[in-house]
Amino acid sequence: MTLKKYVIGFVLSLALTLLAYVVVTGGVVSGTALLWLLGGLALVQMIVQLVYFLHLGEEVGPRYRLQSFLYMAGALVIIVVGSIWIMQNLNYNMMNMSPDEKTQYMLKEHDKGF
Amino acid sequence: MSEKAEEKALLGRTSVGFWLYLMTDCMLFASLFATFVVLRTATADGPSSRDIFEMPLVLTETIILLVSSFTCGLALLGMKAGKVRQVIWALALTYMLGAAFLVIELSEFAKLVSEGHSWQQSAFLSAFFTLVGTHGLHILIGLIWLVVLVGVILRRGMTAKTIRQLTLFGLFWHFLDLVWIFIFTIVYLMGVAV
Repeated sequence: MTLKKYVIGFVLSLALTLLAYVVVTGGVVSGTALLWLLGGLALVQMIVQLVYFLHLGEEVGPRYRLQSFLYMAGALVIIVVGSIWIMQNLNYNMMNMSPDEKTQYMLKEHDKGF
Repeated sequence: MSEKAEEKALLGRTSVGFWLYLMTDCMLFASLFATFVVLRTATADGPSSRDIFEMPLVLTETIILLVSSFTCGLALLGMKAGKVRQVIWALALTYMLGAAFLVIELSEFAKLVSEGHSWQQSAFLSAFFTLVGTHGLHILIGLIWLVVLVGVILRRGMTAKTIRQLTLFGLFWHFLDLVWIFIFTIVYLMGVAV
């Protein structure tokens, strides 16, 4: 924990924030590529802040913080990616149905059993 | 074990315990993020994110919170060097920046509600207010904690107990900035990008 590390973390975070902002408002990249780019910039800034502000790399001995963080990150990915995946499939499968058709479809699926 | 070594071990144990709490808080935010992403297009003929977000204001909020995370770091450095004055002014700056962040956020919420775009209008707005509001609530709790902490430090000075409390507060405050990066990216930037 030194002033130098805090300054490095601060400058990098500020640069990454402004870069993400300019990429969106400037309209240089668009579509799916833009989403991946923004997600990537957020992940890089997360790692910067974990290392320089939360000092995750300075832990000695049994690295409980790192272990619990990685476990949390795994569960987080399952929740977020899983939710998006399932809900998008649901939307896709029911896309061209009227509300009545949806009800009929669900009743039919239900009768089939699981 | 000497008293100093015992104190150090206690600090290590409490901060690992507090870290575990932060990880469970991440899970809370994960479910709110998942809900938001799933519902972000469910606008029920109301406004979408592109219609309501004022990006320059959101960028200001982001930078304010980032600077407050840095000043919080200065307080921790002051604590390490045994400079009580530095701890106090750095925490005072952190408080002012955190309060400014909260005022901007609440004025954004008030504006949306006054325009009729409250959490009742659509699933998207419900998810938006829940996710961003939960983060704001954490900031408010942090600000209350900060006032109590500064009061205790002014009264008792840097004792082993205040050092422990300040260390935990530092983790909490840096963590809130970390969560905000994802709110800034997923809710705001991606919201106006697509």
